[in-house]
Order: sequence, then structure tokens, then C-alpha cells
Amino acid sequence: MCSAPDQDQDLPPGTDLSKQTVLTGTVRTAGEPVGGAFVRLLDGTGEFTAEVVSSASGGFRFFAGPGSWTVRALHQSGNGEAAVTADGPGLYTVAVTVP
Amino acid sequence: MSRENVLVTPDWAEQNLNTDGIVFVEVDEDTTAYDAGHIPGAVKINWKTELQDPVIRDFVDRGAFEKLLSDKGISNDDTVVLYGGNNNWFAAYAYWYFKLYGHRDVRLLDGGRKKWELDGRTLTTDEVSRPATSYTAQEQDTSIRAFRQETVDAIGAKNLVDVRSPDEFSGKILAPAHLPQESAQRPGHIPSALNVPWSKAANEDGTFKSDDELRSLYGAAGLDESRSTIAYCRIGERSSHTWFVLHELLAYSDVKNYDGSWTEYGSLVGAPIELGS
Repeated sequence: MCSAPDQDQDLPPGTDLSKQTVLTGTVRTAGEPVGGAFVRLLDGTGEFTAEVVSSASGGFRFFAGPGSWTVRALHQSGNGEAAVTADGPGLYTVAVTVP
Repeated sequence: MSRENVLVTPDWAEQNLNTDGIVFVEVDEDTTAYDAGHIPGAVKINWKTELQDPVIRDFVDRGAFEKLLSDKGISNDDTVVLYGGNNNWFAAYAYWYFKLYGHRDVRLLDGGRKKWELDGRTLTTDEVSRPATSYTAQEQDTSIRAFRQETVDAIGAKNLVDVRSPDEFSGKILAPAHLPQESAQRPGHIPSALNVPWSKAANEDGTFKSDDELRSLYGAAGLDESRSTIAYCRIGERSSHTWFVLHELLAYSDVKNYDGSWTEYGSLVGAPIELGS
């Protein structure tokens, strides 16, 4: 079903990185991890694709597909975003900074 | 139906936290969110363990719903204000579900948990207990719930609104991008369905767009207001969000939510499927 997965950095067992495109990363402010940020995945046209809440250690993870993506984080302190391009299946890391 | 009767602002909510006859209920996708902090006085409903039958794929029956609401301390006359995480997906689902069993006054908190948190409003871990009530539910109002045959029959005859993301609609992926993609059913969408992702109805902070913006959104997508409408997604929760927009905010008549959604439809032997955008 659709229960929100834990956003820890460890991938769920059975994740096949030869087939799946996984975007993962951390939200930070002044170098410190930010938990509880609303992390939105936007596609190449800026259209909303998915949203998760960052873990206590600032982590987030999306199962996406190849393409250009923007990861945008909303937080009480302010918002920030970063771009990431996935050329094919695999694990991609992206860092997002908020004020 | 007007917006004021079905949607409350965070300010309104904050002013009515202690008002008699108003019960705040958190319904989450991540059911542990409530325990980490909830709106003061709010009770929790677990959409998975409390609203779904534990064995067959269906809702709890009328008697079980009556017991659930009685145990939660909710009366027939209470105004129930629902909110939750993930842009109110499961709160909207619960809204539709409460309406299905005939609760009179249900409202959604605009923006849900997200807006509340972004605003820096109070959350508490205080335990909430409400005295039990004796709740009476109605028979299911199937004028707002679509089943599979009705959905197949609606192809080319009613508005079918697929509210999943464009990649799920086209068949590229089978589940939202924050979930693993393993799935048994076939990808694609119901022929003749319009693709209006639920997210287009919401602002970044989770609040609903204005009625004018919403009307032009569905109009531009080709929704025919003179026809009946069935909304679907993957498991019926995102389409509850769109059902809320079409039926409760815009007051279109005869709008149903197909809660079987793609996990049922995409597994039906012989049902027509279209691929591509």
C-alpha cells in the first residue's frame, strides 16, 4: 500500500540499482542536517512528481527514472533547491541547502 | 456547498481548538507522525488498520465504523476537522469515507500538517482521550463511490479523471516516485481518461488553489461539466483529494471516487488499457 517509507539512507532490501533510478540526499542548513523538511521532486518541466519528509538526519529518497530533476525543500526556516540529472538506472546523490 | 462549509483555515482551526462540538482528527500516510506531535486535542485515525477490513480489500462495515467513531469519542453532531501529512491525501480519503457513511459536518484543514508545520504552529505529544459516544452511521452512500464495472462502462461516456503523475498515466512507472516500483498489475491508464495530477489542484504549501484556478484547470484539461465524473489514482487516496475538489469545492454534480483505482483496474483480465500520454 502507500504508507510513507522511512527516509533513512539505507535502501530497502531488494532494490535493484541496475533497473531502478534512485535519487537520495540530505537537506542541510549551515552544514547541519535538517529533519522534517518537505522535500519535493519536480520533473524537467518543473511539474510536481513526489514529496517526502526528510528524516531526523535530513535524508530523503525518491524512486524516479532517468531525466532531469529538481529537488526542492520547504522548511519553516525557508526553502532551497538543487538540480540532479540521472542518465540511467543507478543511485544519484543530491545535496539541498535551506536558509 | 461552498468552500467555507468544507474547508477551514489554520487560523480558524487555531481559534477553535477548544470549541465544544468540534473534533480534530489526524489521518496520516505515515501513521507514526501523530505520535511525534499532533494538533492539540486531535485524535488519530490509522487509515490502514482502522478504516480497512483486515482481510478482504474493502472498507470496514457500517457497524465497525460506528464502533470506531464511538471509541474515538466522535458524535453524530460533531464537526469533524480532518488533517494529515502528504498534502492531506489520507485526510481527504477519510473525508470521503466519513461522507460515505453519512457524517453530516466534515471539513478539511487547508494545507494539512505541512502548512501547519511551515507556519510554526503548535504541535504536542500530549495524550488525548475523549469520552466514548454512541455513534450511528448511515448505509454507504454509493452515489460517491464507483466500482469496477461502472468504471469500465464509463469509458467514453463519463469524465474519467486519472489523477496520478504523468509517468504513471503513460505507463512508464507503476507507483508514485517516492515508493518502490514492484507491482503486479499492467501499467497505463483507462482509455478516454484525462490526466490531471492531483498536485495541480494544490499549492506548494499544500493548500487548495482558488475556485477560479481549479475551474480553469479542469476546463483546460477537457473536463465536461455536463457529464458525470469518476476520479481514480492508484489506491484511491489521491483521487479522494480530487473528488474533494470537484464535488465539495467546485460542487460538480455526480462525481464518484473509484477507490479500487489502478491497482484493481490494471489487474482486471481483459479490461482495455491505453499507454502513452
